[in-house]
Amino acid sequence: MSEQKIMLGNEAIARGAYEAGVKVSAAYPGTPSTEISENIVKYPEIYCEWSPNEKVATEVAIGAAISGVRAMASMKHVGVNVASDPLYTISYGGINGGLVLVAADDPGLYSSQNEQDSRMVARAAMVPVLEPSDSQEAKDFTKLAFELSEKYDTPMMVRTTTRIAHSQGIVTLEPRVEVEDKPYSRNPAKFVMMPGNAKGRHVYVEQRLKQMAEDACTLPVNRVEMRDTKIGVITSGIPYQYVREALPDASVLKLGLVHPLPRKLIEEFASKVDTLYVVEELEPVIEEQVKSWGIKAIGKEILTVQGEYSANMLRKAILHQELDIEEPAAVPARPPILCPGCPHRSVFSVMNKLGIHAAGDIGCYTLGAVAPLNVIDTTVCMGASISTLHGMEKAKGRDYIRNWVAMIGDSTFMHTGINSLMNMVYNQSNGTVIIMDNSTTGMTGHQDHAATGKTLMGQEVPAISIYHMCKAMGIEHVVEVDAFDIQTLEKVVKEEVNRDGVSVIITKSPCVLLKTTKTTHKLVVHSDKCKKCGLCLKPGCPALTKAEDGTVKVDATMCNGCGLCAKRCPFGALEQVAL
Amino acid sequence: MAVQTKETKNIMIVGVGGQGTLLTSRILGGITLDAGYDVKLSEVHGMAQRGGSVVTYVRYGSNVAEPIVEEGQADVLIAFERLEALRYAHFLKKGGVLIVNDQRIDPITVVTGAAQYPADILDTLRAKYKVISADASAEALKLGNSRVFNTIIIGMAAAHMDFEKEAWLKVIEKTVPPKTVAINLAAFEVGYNLK
Repeated sequence: MSEQKIMLGNEAIARGAYEAGVKVSAAYPGTPSTEISENIVKYPEIYCEWSPNEKVATEVAIGAAISGVRAMASMKHVGVNVASDPLYTISYGGINGGLVLVAADDPGLYSSQNEQDSRMVARAAMVPVLEPSDSQEAKDFTKLAFELSEKYDTPMMVRTTTRIAHSQGIVTLEPRVEVEDKPYSRNPAKFVMMPGNAKGRHVYVEQRLKQMAEDACTLPVNRVEMRDTKIGVITSGIPYQYVREALPDASVLKLGLVHPLPRKLIEEFASKVDTLYVVEELEPVIEEQVKSWGIKAIGKEILTVQGEYSANMLRKAILHQELDIEEPAAVPARPPILCPGCPHRSVFSVMNKLGIHAAGDIGCYTLGAVAPLNVIDTTVCMGASISTLHGMEKAKGRDYIRNWVAMIGDSTFMHTGINSLMNMVYNQSNGTVIIMDNSTTGMTGHQDHAATGKTLMGQEVPAISIYHMCKAMGIEHVVEVDAFDIQTLEKVVKEEVNRDGVSVIITKSPCVLLKTTKTTHKLVVHSDKCKKCGLCLKPGCPALTKAEDGTVKVDATMCNGCGLCAKRCPFGALEQVAL
Repeated sequence: MAVQTKETKNIMIVGVGGQGTLLTSRILGGITLDAGYDVKLSEVHGMAQRGGSVVTYVRYGSNVAEPIVEEGQADVLIAFERLEALRYAHFLKKGGVLIVNDQRIDPITVVTGAAQYPADILDTLRAKYKVISADASAEALKLGNSRVFNTIIIGMAAAHMDFEKEAWLKVIEKTVPPKTVAINLAAFEVGYNLK
């Protein structure tokens, strides 16, 4: 019997890439896609890397595919936006070795800034899409994607959602099949996308999609399951599981290839059932096409475009079942927070004290927007902090943003923040950028990047110096400060926001969760000195709470002795002691 | 291996991001796979892991479709913290068992004074559900390693699930780091015998 293993959806995608003979994989971390690369690195047959952003990662995979090997790029849904420039055009060029882009959507916004549907991007880019509905399919469809890519000379998208990426299921393992490299021969008409060549390729792309749509009617991953014909459902991905759970007797057309759609197969299926439903999370991508062919179907009239679905949701919406469900207890919310000992908390505590507003960015430090820190006013997308601050300055002038800064992490700065900083210098901006350097990509679970000195495959490499990059742009005032030295930081921030021109403050202290970060101190509470003023509690460290008598007490299992609270206590009630 | 039940069993593990609920789900996944069941697990990664409320679903049976447990369906709800037990108690089915680690971790809403940590949570829960509770962290400290508190919780839950004790011991031995096998087996024993 072949080996079976419980695998995370992302782990199964990595396994699929391995079995498909993939040789190159590139990615930028992003929930819920990160574990794909973290599992690919376990296969020494595959070269894999963290690229600085998704555009670069996609271009790395494109280059590898053009040279004749199977290559993959993976990213979260908003990463697809960053990668969309190369994606739209390589769709014209097509491939040599198989090329697959994995896009991980996040319905329900577990860890994202929007709820966009990557199938819409794929349709616009004319890139075919496979959508798995469990871990086994995540592996199988990844392999199929490479076959289809090479058969139809097209990049393929494998689209997952959080509930596929972060669910585990049983997967049957198969051996890796080494695929011979495709020979390379110069072919500018295919790979040099300038107007004359691209016109011809556009014709090809249209033809390719038509052919695939026709062939999709007999593609085994587009599967008709005829049962009772009163209800028929067209579905794909994780909603298929909810349909099976809630409507076990219904007939189902389960689509594995969700773009382009198999029109004849859908028309046939529709003709055999009394009432046809389309069940898909997020946008009505399948539904609108089905309806445009004059087929009567019910979808977003009764189902939302927001969040995740569930079997209970379908029981209510389609079967009108009254479910006997208890009301949840009214309990205090438990939103995510910065960890005890997080250097970002220290930096935000200074900004909060100075009444500074920040144009923020994407990372754990987005939590600086909420109580009790309340520093960040705006968050849009990766790298946007610096450019939005610049926009404000150009709109309203230097004095308007005297109490503003841009705040961005090291990994996000390397991703796209660097372009925005170049723009500030070039267009003679005034403003202060704070780069919170915690030596890692924190929120996605600690991935290296170009400024950490280590690659995904574990190689030690020279770390690119953020300080010297800023200096090389011609920024005169670039100051490095220890993130926990709140006195110096306060002084430096006051100086820099009052200066004209562009300045950069790099606050340095490694993420407290990094394995290399050692606990060197502990906190000692002298309750007799505590005046119950609450100054120490203001930065919102979860390791500190008030005791019954109103004095402060520390949870020793959570505290890592960072000393931020001790520095804020004017009465010496909290003491940071070396271990 | 033969599958004993056709009906899908629903287990939920809830807690606070960073408490290490992942080991528990790995052990549950391992034991169900060893017993020949189809199994699906679903967990939370990313931002919510930073001290937020986290949920893991485990479903096993002869053929499992959706990977999540919904309200009113859980056979066993394992809560690593009291407030989280209260937050998710309505996921229990009638007659389901609630395993509670009697620990309090204040959410930021309580730390900042915006909300009160509910008093007498265990009494509230006992009035409605079958509750098994213990301070697993204190029990773990007695064993000399506070980190094995989650294996104690697994032991507490195991006493209310379908698998033989030997199967649990086997999967724990397979799953935990080799150096910690002895203390984890001892921790399981402590939990298993808590009534």
